[in-house]
Amino acid sequence: MIAARPSLVLLLLVTATLGPSVAIADEQPTTPTSHRSITDRTVDWPTWQQWRRVLLLEDYNTRVVLLGTTLLGVAAGAVGNFTLLRKRALMGDALSHATLPGVGLAFVCTTLAGGDGKSLPVLLAGAAISGVLGLAAIMFIRNATRLKEDAALGIVLSVSFGAGIAVLGVAQQMKTGHSAGLEGFIYGKAASMGVLDAQLIGITGLIAAIVCMLLFKELRLLCFDEAFAGSRGYPVVLLDVVLMVLVVTITLVGLQAVGLILMVAMLVIPASAARFWTERMAVMAVISATIGALSALLGAGMSAVFPKLPSGAMIVLVATAGFLLSMFFGPARGIVMRAVRQWRMELKVQRHHLLRAIYELLEARGTNQVDGANGESPLVRVSELTAMRSWSSRQLGSYMRRAQSHGLVCRDDSGGVRLTRRGFKESEKLTYDHRLWELFLTRYADIAPSQVDRAADAIEHVLDAEMIAELESLLPQRNDKNVVPPSLHPTFATPSSE
Amino acid sequence: MNLLQDWNWSLDGWIIVAGMLCAIASALLGNFLVLRKMSMLGDAISHAVLPGLAAAFFITGTRDSLPMFVGAAVVGVLTALFTEWIRGFGKVDEGAAMGVVFTSLFAAGLVMIVQAADRVDLDPGCVLYGAIEMTPLSTVTIGAFEIPRVVIVLSTVLVVNLLAVLLFYKEFKIASFDPALATTLGINDSFMHYLLTTLVAVTAVASFEAVGNILVVAMFIVPAAAAYLCTDRLGTMIVISVIVAALSAVFGHLGAILAPQLIGYHSTNTAGMMATMAGLLFVVAALFAPRYGVVVAFVRRGALSLRILAEDVVGLLYRAEERSRTGAQLNKTSIRQVLVSRPWVTSMVLALLRRRGDLVIDHGGYSLTDQGRERARTLVRSHRLWEQYLVTTVGVVENRLHPNAEQLEHYTDTSLRTQLDEEMAHPSVDPHGTPIPAEKP
Repeated sequence: MIAARPSLVLLLLVTATLGPSVAIADEQPTTPTSHRSITDRTVDWPTWQQWRRVLLLEDYNTRVVLLGTTLLGVAAGAVGNFTLLRKRALMGDALSHATLPGVGLAFVCTTLAGGDGKSLPVLLAGAAISGVLGLAAIMFIRNATRLKEDAALGIVLSVSFGAGIAVLGVAQQMKTGHSAGLEGFIYGKAASMGVLDAQLIGITGLIAAIVCMLLFKELRLLCFDEAFAGSRGYPVVLLDVVLMVLVVTITLVGLQAVGLILMVAMLVIPASAARFWTERMAVMAVISATIGALSALLGAGMSAVFPKLPSGAMIVLVATAGFLLSMFFGPARGIVMRAVRQWRMELKVQRHHLLRAIYELLEARGTNQVDGANGESPLVRVSELTAMRSWSSRQLGSYMRRAQSHGLVCRDDSGGVRLTRRGFKESEKLTYDHRLWELFLTRYADIAPSQVDRAADAIEHVLDAEMIAELESLLPQRNDKNVVPPSLHPTFATPSSE
Repeated sequence: MNLLQDWNWSLDGWIIVAGMLCAIASALLGNFLVLRKMSMLGDAISHAVLPGLAAAFFITGTRDSLPMFVGAAVVGVLTALFTEWIRGFGKVDEGAAMGVVFTSLFAAGLVMIVQAADRVDLDPGCVLYGAIEMTPLSTVTIGAFEIPRVVIVLSTVLVVNLLAVLLFYKEFKIASFDPALATTLGINDSFMHYLLTTLVAVTAVASFEAVGNILVVAMFIVPAAAAYLCTDRLGTMIVISVIVAALSAVFGHLGAILAPQLIGYHSTNTAGMMATMAGLLFVVAALFAPRYGVVVAFVRRGALSLRILAEDVVGLLYRAEERSRTGAQLNKTSIRQVLVSRPWVTSMVLALLRRRGDLVIDHGGYSLTDQGRERARTLVRSHRLWEQYLVTTVGVVENRLHPNAEQLEHYTDTSLRTQLDEEMAHPSVDPHGTPIPAEKP
C-alpha cells in the first residue's frame, strides 16, 4: 500500500538520481546527524585524510567510479555532438524513458515463466528491445506523420514513461520481485558501480568512438544536410539508425550506471558547450568529449571529497559551469567574443567613415594629396567634419583620438585635423572601394546614382581584395587602379550650389 | 466473475474526475505547445521544479503545500525563461537549451535536497508514482458536498486555462502559426510565449502535487498531437484534444483496474495507464485520421492506382477496337504484357470492371460493352487532346509526349477537355495522325 503523503512533492523524482547521489558517500562514515537541526545545512569540511584518499585515488571504489564516469563522459560527449547538430538533443531523454516498459515487461514475463526476473542480461535485453521500439516509434512519427521532431520525442517519452510505471505497478505485486531493484536498474546505482560496469562503459565507449570516427564524414553530412546526403546516394535512413543505436547503447549502459537525468545531461551539455568553441566538427567532437570527461572527473572527485554532495548532480553542475563559461567566453560563438567582434567592427566602420569624410573634404577643395615635405595633408576643420555625418563632437573627438593613436591622422591645436601619409593612403583606398561599389550598383543593379551612397556605405567595410579585383574586372574602364574615380553624386563635402 | 467488483463510485468516480480535469487542463495548453514546437517543455518543467521545492522548504522549514507550490511554479517559469535566454543569447538549438537548463536545475535541486535528505522523512515511491489513487482520501466539505481537495485545485487550474485560451484565442492562434505576422499586427509574441509558459508551469506544478507527474507530462503532448493529425483547424483541434484527453482518463482508469486482472493481478497504476491509453488513442489517430492517417493515405494511394489501371485497361481495349474496326478481344495475358501489371492486381481490376458492366468476358477474352466504350472514349480523347496540346502549345518533343499524356489523362474532366479543345480550335487528329474521338458519339 502506498502511503498518502501529499506534501512529499518535495522529493518528486528524487529517485531518479538518488542512486548516484550516494555514490561514494557510503564509503566514508558521515557524522551522525540525528542530533542536528533540520535546517542545518553546513557542509563538513573534509579532513586531510579524506582529501588524500581521493586525490591519490587510494580507494578502490573511488578509482572505479572516477574511471567509469570519465569514460562515459567521453563517449556521451562524442555521440552527443551528432545528436545536437541533428537537432535531437533530447533524444537521450526520450530513449531513457523508452527503456522503462521493456525492463518492467522483461521482469514480469521472466518471473511468470518461472525464471529469475532480476538477472541483469534479461533486464538489459528488455531495455534494449524497448529502447529500439521507442526509436522506431520516433522515426515513424517523424517520417510518416506531419508531426515534428519535438512532438515525436515527447510522445514516445511520456507514453513509455506511463506504460513503464503501469507495468511496474504489476511487477510490484509479484512475490519474488519487489520492484526496488528494478528502479535501481532504471535510475542508476553509481554507488555500487563495479569493475564490470566500468568495463562495460569503457568497451561501449570505445566502440562508439570507433564507429563515430569511421562514419565521421557520413554522419557529418547527415547532420548538416540530410537532403544533400540523400542525393549523393548515402543511405540516410541507415545512417540515422546507426546514430540513434549509438545513442541507445550509450544511454542504456549509462542509465544503470549513473541515472537518467545525468545521462541526458551528458549527452546534451558537453556538446552544446563545445559548439561555442569551434566551427569545425572534428574539433567540436574532441572538445565535447574532453568537456564530458573533465566534468565527470571533477564532479565525481568533488563528490568523493565532500560526502554530502551527490556525484551525479555534481557532474551535471560542473558540466553546466563549463557550459556557461563556454557560452560567455567560447572563442568561436561565445557571447563575449561576439560582442568584441561587433565592437571591433563598429570601430573599424567609424574609422573608415572618418577617413573617407576627410578625404572627400580635401577632394572637394582639390587638395587631395599629401604634402611632400612633412608627409601630411592640408588641414580640415572639425566643424567641417561634423557637418558630414550625424556625429556629435564628442563622438568625433573620440574617433579622431583613436585614429591618431593608430597614426592615421594628426590633430592640430587649432581644432583641425590632418591625414598622415598612411592615413591618406588608407582613405584613398576606402574612397576608391566605395566608389567602385557605387559604380557597380549603378551599372549592374540599375540603382540611381543618387541612391547608391547608402548601400555602398554599408558594404564598403567588408569588401576584401578578391572582391575588389572582381569589381575591377567587371568595370573595365577602371583600369587605372591608382586613381580614385570621381563621385557619382554630390557628396556632403561639395559646397552646395547656392 | 465480475471484473469490476471493487468498483465504488465515490472512490473511482472521483479518481476519474480528477484524471479528466488534469488531462483536459493540460491538453488545452498542449495544443499551443505542439504548434510552437515546444512539446518537451512539460517534461523539462517536471524535472526542473526540484530546486524550487527545495528552496521553499529551506526558507519556510515546512512541507506545506502552498510554499512548495509557489517555489515550484517560480522555478517552472524560470525554466522557460532560461531556455529562452540560452536560445537567444547563446544561439543554441531550442531542444539543447532546454536539456541544459532542466538537467542543471534538477542537479542543483538534488544537491540542495540531499543536504536535508537524512533528516526529512521521504518516501520516493509515493511521489514518483503519482498519487491520483489518493484523490478521494483528502476531502473538503463545501455546502452539503464532500469534494476531494484535488478536484477543487484541478478545477481551478482548468477554469484558468480555459479562460486564458478563450480570452487570448486569436492572439495565441496568430502567434503560434506566424509570429512575424503577429508582431506586425501589434500582438506581442514574447508576451504570448511567457503567458503560455507561465500557464504550463502552474498547471504542471498543480498537477504534480495533485496527481503526480506521469499524467500531466503525457497530457501536455499526446492528445494535442493526436488532434493535430485529425484536422487543419485550430478550434476543431482543441475540441478533439479535449475529447482525447477525457477518453484517456476514463479508459485509463478502467484499464488500470481491468488489464492486470487478465494475468491475475490487482489493479495497477492509474496515471500510468491513462498515459498509455492516450498513447493508444494517438496510434489510432496516426493510423486512421481522415486525412493524415497512415493507413488512410495508404488505402487512398492503393485505390488511386487501381482506378488508373482500370482506365488503362479500357483504353487499351478501345485502341485495339480502333485498329481492328470489328471489335476486339484481349485475354488477360496480353493485357498484362502491355500494361506491365501484377497478375492478382490485374485479375482484381478485371473483375471490378466486369462487375461495373464495362467489360464482358467470352472464352477468356475481354471486350468492351457500350458503357465501357463510352468511358474509354473520353479517356482516349483526353489523351490525344493532351498530346496535341503539348506539341502545339507547350512544345514538348515527340518522344516525351506519350508518358506525359499518359499521366495527365487520368486527371482530366469534361470542362478541362472542353477548354483544351477550344484552346486549340477543335483539332481532329493528334500529333501521330490518329483521330481524336468526339466528346459525344
